[in-house]
Amino acid sequence: MNKKQKKMLIRIIIALILFIGLKLVHLPEMANVILSLATYFLIGYDILTKAVKGILKKQVFDENFLMAVATVGAIALGDYSEGTAVMLFYQIGEWFQSYAVGKSRKNISELMDIRPDYANIQNENGELVQVDPDEVEIGTIIIVKPGEKIPIDGIVVEGNSTLNTSALTGESLPRDASVNDEVISGCINLTGLLKIKTTREFGESTVSKILDMVENASSKKSRSENFISRFAHYYTPAVVYSALALAILPPIVSFLMGMDPNWAEWVYRALTFLVISCPCALVICIPLSFFAGIGGASNAGVLVKGSNYLEALASTKYVVFDKTGTMTQGVFEVSGIHHASIAEDKILELAAMAESYSTHPISKSLLQAYGKPVDKERIKNVEEISGYGVIAQIDDKEVLVGNDKLMKKYGIEYKPCHDVGTIVHIAIDQEYVGHILISDKIKPHAKEAIARLKEVGVKETIMLTGDVKTVANKVASDLNIDKVYSELLPQDKVNKVEELLEKKQEKEKLAFVGDGINDAPVLSRADVGIAMGALGSDAAIEAADIVLMDDDPLKIAKAIKIAKKCLRIVYENIYFAIGVKIICLILSAFGIGNMWLAIFADVGVMVIAVLNAIRTLNVKKL
Amino acid sequence: MKKTYKIDVDCANCANKMEEAANKTEGVKNAVVNFMTLKMIVEFEDGADAKEVMGRVLDNCKIVEDDCEIFF
Repeated sequence: MNKKQKKMLIRIIIALILFIGLKLVHLPEMANVILSLATYFLIGYDILTKAVKGILKKQVFDENFLMAVATVGAIALGDYSEGTAVMLFYQIGEWFQSYAVGKSRKNISELMDIRPDYANIQNENGELVQVDPDEVEIGTIIIVKPGEKIPIDGIVVEGNSTLNTSALTGESLPRDASVNDEVISGCINLTGLLKIKTTREFGESTVSKILDMVENASSKKSRSENFISRFAHYYTPAVVYSALALAILPPIVSFLMGMDPNWAEWVYRALTFLVISCPCALVICIPLSFFAGIGGASNAGVLVKGSNYLEALASTKYVVFDKTGTMTQGVFEVSGIHHASIAEDKILELAAMAESYSTHPISKSLLQAYGKPVDKERIKNVEEISGYGVIAQIDDKEVLVGNDKLMKKYGIEYKPCHDVGTIVHIAIDQEYVGHILISDKIKPHAKEAIARLKEVGVKETIMLTGDVKTVANKVASDLNIDKVYSELLPQDKVNKVEELLEKKQEKEKLAFVGDGINDAPVLSRADVGIAMGALGSDAAIEAADIVLMDDDPLKIAKAIKIAKKCLRIVYENIYFAIGVKIICLILSAFGIGNMWLAIFADVGVMVIAVLNAIRTLNVKKL
Repeated sequence: MKKTYKIDVDCANCANKMEEAANKTEGVKNAVVNFMTLKMIVEFEDGADAKEVMGRVLDNCKIVEDDCEIFF
């Protein structure tokens, strides 16, 4: 509780005691009136002054003004206790709202409490000193003791340990870290002492980026939020004008028809309208639900860049995947060398050399299988043709390393492979010398992940890949993926996604899931771009709308579930709050409802909606 | 130019009103108020002086909601 809230709570308690006391004790008329008014001013003086200030600034639809008119009106009609009660409960409602919002702000920031407070460095005398992570320069050696958070991204230079990444990924299985491993800020060092050479400044480190993303997340507003803002914009004036009409028209009509105008009754009904006119419950519970949803999601390792994306994710009907790195591990291994017309070692050496400048996962696996350092002096004029392969001059011979398409392009006859996997053909000076078979492993949870997606209401799963048809079809049938498009160049993927976007209906959303490498354009083109395994990849964090911190495909279904729960609560709140208000307005107009009902419609609805909104935070069991 | 400012306001509807007031201020291209994180993100028009514009934004916000603060 802050100072303001404490002060208000004391006022509320005193006013409540006075209010109940006056109900129980029978005082003489005069004393009762004076004490009632005293209670009223005690609880409402700030609202009254704000109302006056509002009038001076011509802000008539200000809730302070409305509340002041309603309560002063009630008191003028002689209903001292109702006037005071309305003010009292209004203040209780405001206090509760402010307390609940403050509390959930705190809860959510605690969930995301991954900000490291200090970094340990060694000073000239060899002693450990704690410094502000902001002051650590790139290349500094920092020391992380067991139990401490890694403050800055870097590479381990000494020590072995296991890391707990759960604050970042929601994944409880620890990771191993040893010399030359890249480690990411925000992880907790569990077992051994690590010396880490920093590779980034604190502000550029993963932990800062994530915090920045989560803190600015709900700035992109969802349709529901915009709807409520617009609704609130018209709701209050509409209710106030109908209150005015209710106070004037029926009495005049009755009077003209020769009946008793009954002014007091109609004015009273109009005043109850004013109490219901405050849109607070609606306006607070929608952003609060989204905020809690985003907070809960980030605790589960799903970072959402805005409430609009949470909304789109909830109505996702099509999920498009990239194969490599998403459904498969993206760790390729050379599993065979076939049709070799020269020594197999030589083929591997040439392939590794030609691909040594490429960052493609296939190239990495070739280099790994080769296992020796590459003499870059022997390689000249490397040209990488995206989607085809590489052409390079090695030892003054032209070497082509690539897929079927590259061979066709240069008119080289090649031998197809009967095994399933990625085939890398090699030709020297236009002559075919054999091919290398590389295969990738399907992720352990991939099949279950696809099944879960169907459970959460996804209509169709589609896989896009640059890989050959045989591999793509095999992976798709193993995983029960509905459709597969293979042998696509990076730009084809964008076209394919655009095609799919055109075919679907407006309300059904399409999500693209990729690993963030090479697929940034597709990520941004889809309704929802989901990057997975993005820990440490800046490009993915930039391009995606939703970031899955680890690379477990089960998280996709989990993210959709979180979004659905959040949206369900949002709609519950919208229907509940608007519904109750409208029913209370109708009841009051016909004189069935009274001020007490109006207070419930205002404060009660808000309390219930806020409590419901906070439920979104709990996503553990989804 | 885009800048983020910390704000202080008590109710969600008042935050919406602040957003509306800020958007109507001269020199502001677009403003978003996030009530949950108590932040105002202002995109200024080209060549506008942020400090001067924010003074006007605060004045306009004070009209719609007396009990608010922007820290700039």
